[in-house]
Amino acid sequence: MLSRTADHLYWMSRYTERAENTARMLDVNYQMSLLPQSADVAQQAWRSLLEISELAQVFDARYTLMTPSDVIHFMVDDMQNPSSIMCCLQAARENARAVRGSMTTELWETINTTWLEAQKKIRAGILETAPAEFFEWVKFRSHQTRGVQQGTMVRDEVYYFIRLGTFLERADNTARLLDVKSLTAEHLREQGNDPVDDFYYWAAILRSVSAFETYRKVYRDVITPERVAELLILRADMPRSLVACVNEVVDLLVKVRNAQSAKTITQARNLLAELRDTNIDEILEQNLHRFLTRFLERINAVGGGISRDFLVPLEIAA
Amino acid sequence: MMVAEKILPFDEMIHDECSRDFKNQHIARPHYKQFSQWLSQQSDTYLNARREEADLVFRRVGITFAVYGDGGGTERTIPFDIVPRIFQAAEWSRLEKGLRQRVTALNMFLHDVYHEQHILKAGIIPVEQVLKNAQFRTEMLGVDIPMNIYAHIAGIDIVRATHGEQEGEFFVLEDNLRVPSGVSYMLENRKMMMRLFPELFAKHRVAPVTHYPDLLLDTLRQAAPQGRMNPRVVVLTPGMYNSAYFEHAFLAQQMGVELVEGKDLFIQDECVYMRTTQGPSRIDVIYRRVDDDFLDPEVFRSDSVLGAYGLLRAYRAGNVAICNAIGTGVADDKSIYPYVPDMIRFYLDEDPMIANVPTYMCRKPNDLSYVLANMAELVVKEVHGAGGYGMLVGPASTQAEIADFKERVKANPQGYIAQPTLALSTCPTFVESGVAPRHIDLRPFVLSGKDVRIAPGGLTRVALKEGSLVVNSSQGGGTKDTWVLEH
Repeated sequence: MLSRTADHLYWMSRYTERAENTARMLDVNYQMSLLPQSADVAQQAWRSLLEISELAQVFDARYTLMTPSDVIHFMVDDMQNPSSIMCCLQAARENARAVRGSMTTELWETINTTWLEAQKKIRAGILETAPAEFFEWVKFRSHQTRGVQQGTMVRDEVYYFIRLGTFLERADNTARLLDVKSLTAEHLREQGNDPVDDFYYWAAILRSVSAFETYRKVYRDVITPERVAELLILRADMPRSLVACVNEVVDLLVKVRNAQSAKTITQARNLLAELRDTNIDEILEQNLHRFLTRFLERINAVGGGISRDFLVPLEIAA
Repeated sequence: MMVAEKILPFDEMIHDECSRDFKNQHIARPHYKQFSQWLSQQSDTYLNARREEADLVFRRVGITFAVYGDGGGTERTIPFDIVPRIFQAAEWSRLEKGLRQRVTALNMFLHDVYHEQHILKAGIIPVEQVLKNAQFRTEMLGVDIPMNIYAHIAGIDIVRATHGEQEGEFFVLEDNLRVPSGVSYMLENRKMMMRLFPELFAKHRVAPVTHYPDLLLDTLRQAAPQGRMNPRVVVLTPGMYNSAYFEHAFLAQQMGVELVEGKDLFIQDECVYMRTTQGPSRIDVIYRRVDDDFLDPEVFRSDSVLGAYGLLRAYRAGNVAICNAIGTGVADDKSIYPYVPDMIRFYLDEDPMIANVPTYMCRKPNDLSYVLANMAELVVKEVHGAGGYGMLVGPASTQAEIADFKERVKANPQGYIAQPTLALSTCPTFVESGVAPRHIDLRPFVLSGKDVRIAPGGLTRVALKEGSLVVNSSQGGGTKDTWVLEH
């Protein structure tokens, strides 16, 4: 496959996944904001959402207040924010369009339709009337895109690079989500937050990765931050956990390997081995924030390796 | 000045018939009978709903073209008309023979002018018309290419018109031998019609066209350099912002080959490679949708980023095929067009089966004075213009426009040709006011390899504006499905 094609496919799915995760976080925050809570807590929740994507400064430069509606617009349809859902959906579509011939017609049409319909919904003012409905829709379009991939694409390099983008982005997003939420939780606990609020807080995190029911099933117990962290980091059977994502990345890298990708595979394998060997107590002992920061550095190094080995035009072997 | 008698255009569907009581009646031609009956039973509301569905599907599928000079990368769909243009088998087979003859002669001409130049030595075409033509590529002199085929893919624009004695005769309006486009619309229009009106296909035996990509791939593989087993074919596109990008991607996908851009290619030891995730991969045939000027910055435009440096050297060394060949423009130039019938006689010793539109060459003093005296009746075209730009349709122009054009022609006579304003045939078309006649043309696609092959029909373009003769999509034209009925 052309390196340029692989590059477009990889970014197409990264942007699709990013749009989905942003919708997930916005959805949960929006639901939370409907609960009775102090202004400070509400504010903190919206701010942490911006911090996840390292966007708080960009936001502050463009908006004066941090009202939910401002944050939602910034994260959904502000075309000057490259991480907004609409920017991601557009970027996914433009990348797909550049290589539309390499994917099935159904996949292209699904991605193109998502972009066309998203514009229609935004124009019709859905963010004012039913924001939650829009978040849900974005999530399901992403599900559908993956379903069409799985149901129509030949298992070849095209498929593998699309999947690589998905899991690399998801590993990044889950780690960021957990990182910012745990920092916020710490902040709240210092202020003497009451345990009921704490419950809603961690329940919300679980819901944002569709893991609330899973948690109940796996632990059959009250929700504690430690177990939430364990579920989202170390449970190999939880499809959005870090270890599950890295596992997929390793498998895919083995499938697409070429003459120069050995180092990147080793990096990914080492990361996976460490995740498998550790337990949640060790992670908490060395401090969750430090662990996640290191994880982000390493998964992004793998991402850099993928770009270098496969996506950047290769010169002819001398 | 004598006013030309208003000629009623030939209607593809309807003709007048004298009934027994000597009244003129509008009757559907035999091959349109069933369709016309069906059409009369459909309500405008129903047809409107179908048309809207078509537009929706075209958008979802992304069958769009980019509009230049519109800033934000606007994409539009080309209006699709739901009334097909229908050929009867005999009519089509006559046309097909004529196309085969013409394209064969054009390919022989191209081989000749880049080799022995017999036709110039015989004085059939003035030497300077060819050798001083901006489209003549001296780089191609003496270069041998497989099967001596230059224009592997040709789009020949055909109109039907009433001219002089001949009612509804076919004429070649233009040859397109560089990077003719539109075939994806031929294929998508058929798909759309089958989706919208499956019942019509049950009633008519319409010759299929969907095998075109297979014919194309086969033709391209035949063009491969000798001795290359299982040749690798790619489609070269200028990129996703080119107006015909949809077609490039579509054809690559339908043929199952890579769609490459210039930056994906590099040349080493006079061989062409593409950069892949598994390292360099050798290429044998390039179906290029990039103009000559941009193909190789080493030889042609040095600022081009759309081609590959050193491509021409690889080509001349015989290590890669380029389809269409470099330098085909010298055969489809409007200044060469008037000589095509002579080419057919010269190379094939046959009479042309499809006529040219009578053409005045302004570089000839007699023709020039005729054109200047009669411009209001003529269509005047810039020799190097394309896409409906740089032309004047006399009867549709104001006095001032005509006066202005006269000055331009006088200043540069060899830059212009002129033709009578033809009463292009019309075909019923579903427009705002209902079904009404609109002018049409036809672009069949002719593939040349070991044999010459043509998908039945082609792309019918329609001028949607009432009375307009300009069918180009950049000028408010639409397209129709084209049917060739089998017997």
